[in-house]
Order: sequence, then C-alpha cells, then structure tokens
Amino acid sequence: MNAASSADGFLARYDGLTRRLPGDTQRRNEAADMLRRVGLPTRREEAWKYTSLTPLSEAQFHEPLTEAAGFGTDIDIPDLSGLKDLPRLVFSQGRFNEAQSALPAHATVRGFAQMADFGVLARPDREPMVALNTMLAEDGAIIDVAAGTDAGTMLLVSAGRDIHGTPIAFHPRHAITLAAGARLTIIEIAGGVGQYLHNPVTEIVLGENAKLTHVRLQNESQAAFHLATLYADIADNAAYDCFTLSIGGRIARTEVHARLHGTGGHVALNAAQLLRGTQHSDFTTIVSHDAPGCTSRQTVKHVLAGRARGVFQGKIEVARLAQKTDGYQMNQALLLSPDAEIDCKPQLEIYADDVKCSHGATVGELDGDQLFYLASRGIPQAEARAILVRAFLGEALDMVANDAARAMLDRVIDAWWQEAA
Amino acid sequence: MLEIKNLHAAIGEKPILRGIDLTVPNGEVHAIMGPNGSGKSTLSYVLSGREDFTVTAGTVLFDGQDLLAMAPEARAQAGLFLAFQAPVELPGVGNANFLRTALNAIRRARGQAELDAAQFLKLARAEAKRLQMPDDMLKRNVNVGFSGGEKKRNEVLQMTMLQPSLAILDETDSGLDIDALKIVGDGVNALRSDKFSALVITHHQRLLDHIVPDAVHVLAHGRIVRSGGADLARALEAQGYAQVIAEAA
Repeated sequence: MNAASSADGFLARYDGLTRRLPGDTQRRNEAADMLRRVGLPTRREEAWKYTSLTPLSEAQFHEPLTEAAGFGTDIDIPDLSGLKDLPRLVFSQGRFNEAQSALPAHATVRGFAQMADFGVLARPDREPMVALNTMLAEDGAIIDVAAGTDAGTMLLVSAGRDIHGTPIAFHPRHAITLAAGARLTIIEIAGGVGQYLHNPVTEIVLGENAKLTHVRLQNESQAAFHLATLYADIADNAAYDCFTLSIGGRIARTEVHARLHGTGGHVALNAAQLLRGTQHSDFTTIVSHDAPGCTSRQTVKHVLAGRARGVFQGKIEVARLAQKTDGYQMNQALLLSPDAEIDCKPQLEIYADDVKCSHGATVGELDGDQLFYLASRGIPQAEARAILVRAFLGEALDMVANDAARAMLDRVIDAWWQEAA
Repeated sequence: MLEIKNLHAAIGEKPILRGIDLTVPNGEVHAIMGPNGSGKSTLSYVLSGREDFTVTAGTVLFDGQDLLAMAPEARAQAGLFLAFQAPVELPGVGNANFLRTALNAIRRARGQAELDAAQFLKLARAEAKRLQMPDDMLKRNVNVGFSGGEKKRNEVLQMTMLQPSLAILDETDSGLDIDALKIVGDGVNALRSDKFSALVITHHQRLLDHIVPDAVHVLAHGRIVRSGGADLARALEAQGYAQVIAEAA
C-alpha cells in the first residue's frame, strides 16, 4: 500500500464533513494536505519502526459526526468504581456527554466543539497522527485553572464503542492550561467496547510553579486502536507528573513530547504496560531540556505474556544552554512467555557539558529461585507469579501518589491477573 | 513421619546423593552432619522439591504420601518446611504480606479459615517478639537488606507461623551469634511435640546444644556413613569428620 492511500478513507470522510467541523478550516486543510502527502505512519519511518499501523489502514472507520445522535449515552466504565464522588468530564465516542459529566468547581471547562482552539503546541506538520486528529477533531475538553488555584482532582473519561458493528474513529482535542502556581490532578481513563480508533491529542501548558499530576489508564477494548499524542510545555519550577498504565487495546501508542523551557522545571513520564495475547503497546517519549537546572524522570515497566509486544522509545534532548540538567530513564521488561517481545530504544542527545543523564534497560524472566522460595512456603504457582509481577511493577506504580488513582490501577491489574489465570 | 529409602539424586550427569536411607519418626529431631560437598543441602532441596535436581532412584514417603510426586507448594501444604541456608530476597514484596499469603495458602489447603489482616498481624507480632525481632522486619521487603542473622531469624519466624509437621533446617546456625543461636534453638524447641519432627543440617555441634537431637547421622559422599545418639555430634566435634568417616569405612 502506498503512503497516500493509507489515509484515503479518512481524507474522503474529511471531504464530506469539512463544513460541519468546528473552527479553523485553514488548519484542517493544511493537516489534510500533509496526510495526503505522507499518509499514515509506516515502519519505514524511524519514529514508527517498531509499531505497524497496517491493521488500522485496513479498517473502514466512520466518524461519529455522521451517525444519528443518541447512541452511547449509557456507558458503563467499570474502572470508575471508587471514584464516584469526583468531578468528571465524560466523552462518548469522542463527544462530550453532559448527562454523565459533573463539572469541577475550581477549574473552567469549555468544549472544543464550541470554541475549537487548536492550541500552539501540537505539530500536525510533523506527526501524521496529529495531522489526522487536527483534520477530524470534533470535540474535546479545554480545561483552565486560574493562577494560584488548587483545583483538586478530576476525571477525564473516554468511552468508545463501535456502532452496530461498524468501527468508528474519534479524535478528541484536549487542552489543559494551568496558570502560575495552579495545581490539578487529572485521572484519565480510556475504555470501551468493540472496534474503534481513539486518537486523542492533548496540549498541556504549565505556568511558573504550576503542578499537573496526570494519571492515565489505557484500558480500551481488545479490538480497539489507541493512539494518543501529548504535548507538555513546562515553565520555571513547574512540574508535570505523568503516569500511564497501558493494559488494553489491540494496537496502542502513547507519545509524549515534554519540553522544559524554564529553570527548575520537572517532568516525570512513568509507565507500566501489561500485555498479553497479540496486544501491541508502544510508549514513546521525547523530553527536551531547553532550560538549565531541570529534572526529568522515567521509570517504565513492561509485563508481556503470550505473543504480546511492548515498545519503549525514550529520547532525551539537552540543549546547549541547559546546564545542570538531571535526567534519568529506566526501562525494564519482564517476559512471561518465550514468544513475547520487547523493543527498547533509548536516545540521548546532549549538547550541554555539565549534565547528569543516566539510562538503563533490562529484560528478564521470572526468577527461578524466587519462585521456588514462594512455592516452598505453600504458595500456588499462579499466585507466586502474580506476587513477583506485582513486585516488579511496584517500583513504577509507587510513583502514583494519588490514593484514589493508585487504588484504581491496583484494581485493574488484579482483574488482569484474574483473567490471565 | 519421613521415610527415605535408597535415595539417589543428581545435578545433570553428576550424582550427588548415592543411596540415602533415613527414617525420622514423628516427634523426633534428627541431625545431619557432614563435611562440605557431602550432599547435605542437596538432600534438603530434593525433599522440598527443587527442580534443579533429578531423582534417579529411591522413594520418599511423608506421612505415607509419595513426597517426590508432589509439587513444592503441595509439600509445604502437607506440612513440610525448609529453612533455607541462603534465604532468597524478594524486592518489592512486603514481609508481612508474604507471610500472610503463605499462611493463608496453607490454611486454605488444610481446610482452615483464612486470617484477615488484623488477626494475622496480631499473631505475627507476637511470634516476632518471641524471636526478639524488631517490628519493622515485618514491614520491610522479604530478606532485602537483612543481615545474615536477620535472614535466619526470618526463616524461623516463617516456620513458627506456618506450623509444619516436618521442618528441615539447612545450616540455620551459620551466621548466627551465640545469643541468636539460643533464640533460634528456643524457637525450634517450642514447636517440639509428638506431631513435629525436624531434620537439622549443621556443620557444628553448638546448635545441637540448644536443640538436642534424638539421633545424629553423618553424611559423606552422598551416603549416611554413621548414625548414633547426641554423643556422636560431640565425638565429631572432638575428632573431626575425617576420622569418623574413616572409621566407618
């Protein structure tokens, strides 16, 4: 399949929908031109070397806009139990679901469908999936927290579903802006039923001393595609603390572009991926140290069973003026089956001379001595394996300080084990 | 009751045990002594079900059951306990959680009700106190950062919690100072009853001053070459293995 034709289905739908989509047509047209030129990403591109989107270009997706209204308002996301009292923004097939939502008291929320602000961070000219999102984005959450305000914790939920067996695609466009000194915790949950493409772009802007804690659960349907791109701009002494658990989906990718442009900024991009069967999940990060004295931290753990495949690509760029940069990156994989596979590509590009950057990677199986020790205490094999896997994941999960979010992640992982057993 | 008959075992092609015959009746404590490389630890691993060893001949009955046919966890559930010579570290696994999981797995297998967190902690704290272990050892990760002596005490704590009917202590005395030796000895003695038996593997007489054995066996080149009463251990300490083994030959 040639590059251009892989995006043909989406481009044809765009041609039919152009006048019904909100906002800047110019931006959308530029994105469409880009897609027409380069198509969907292929493995010939360095950034997509380990993740193939061939199955995606083979599916005929419909966009929800053209469907009759009224479907999918009765979503049920089991992961939400225990989080019932929190304010929430719920999106069904990418569209804001007012009936299921409860607005936060200390943050301003607007809909992309109403104001269609594309933001300035996303790069549709560089990233084909971002171009696809820009071309077809219908809705999304635009969240603002005023200077000095602690807006507490809120949920951002996406429920996907095919429509009577027809796969659909939705491309939410979210923006989260924290003014100086503001604080917010977002627990983001993506789940659903059937075959669909969830292709969100999130633009995060943190002012001086602002702190955003972002806990992401990717628990999509086993037939779904989840391709998320996040951009974060982090000012002086601001902190972006992001954790992603990737456990669902057929093909999933989270790509985070974090830029530290103010002195003393901090970013943490931690993740855990639990995959089995033929699942594929890719965690790709680009951390740009563009200012002195910033810190970045990454602990990424993969647990891979069956024929699952995990990917980690982690790039750290340190600009010439970014002296006293402190960067750390650790990627570890536990292979529970001989057919599971991990691909790991750390990349350091350092132009400053006074920096501390370390990275490491390990791949292993469960330890025979440890399994025997547990068995010798009467612990059945399946339980022993679960204990050791949880211990392996613990180092990454312990980075999640929010109790409600941590409890949710633990529940999801427990359920994964019960299904696996 | 443990009945070992003509037990042969090998690592790969290399025979380690070459025909062990040993019976440990209920209620008795037997010591196994012998020089390095005589097969003492292999015997403990074979009895507890470690897969690295191949049993090439012989039988082992544990309370009438074919022990060698059972999975390691089933052996533990049936009442066998191995105190490891080198206890394994489990980073990321809390000691209390580990102990409770083990205890409840064994209770489940025995048809007993599981203990909830509060019931368990009360019991574990009392046992830890008896073994003069600091409370924080329950909170730490299993054996991680423990001193040699702390690891051995942690093995004894597990043993007293899991209430085995047969305990194998594989050089539990190594790395213990004199005070710790007495505490460990007291821990084992507290379990002694007509329903408990033990196989105490040791290099030295001194643990046997605290845990007085009903019988002592000398293992050399994968066979028991001599058996006797508690006084045999004292004779070994005085004369050395070489002479005792030479006399037996």
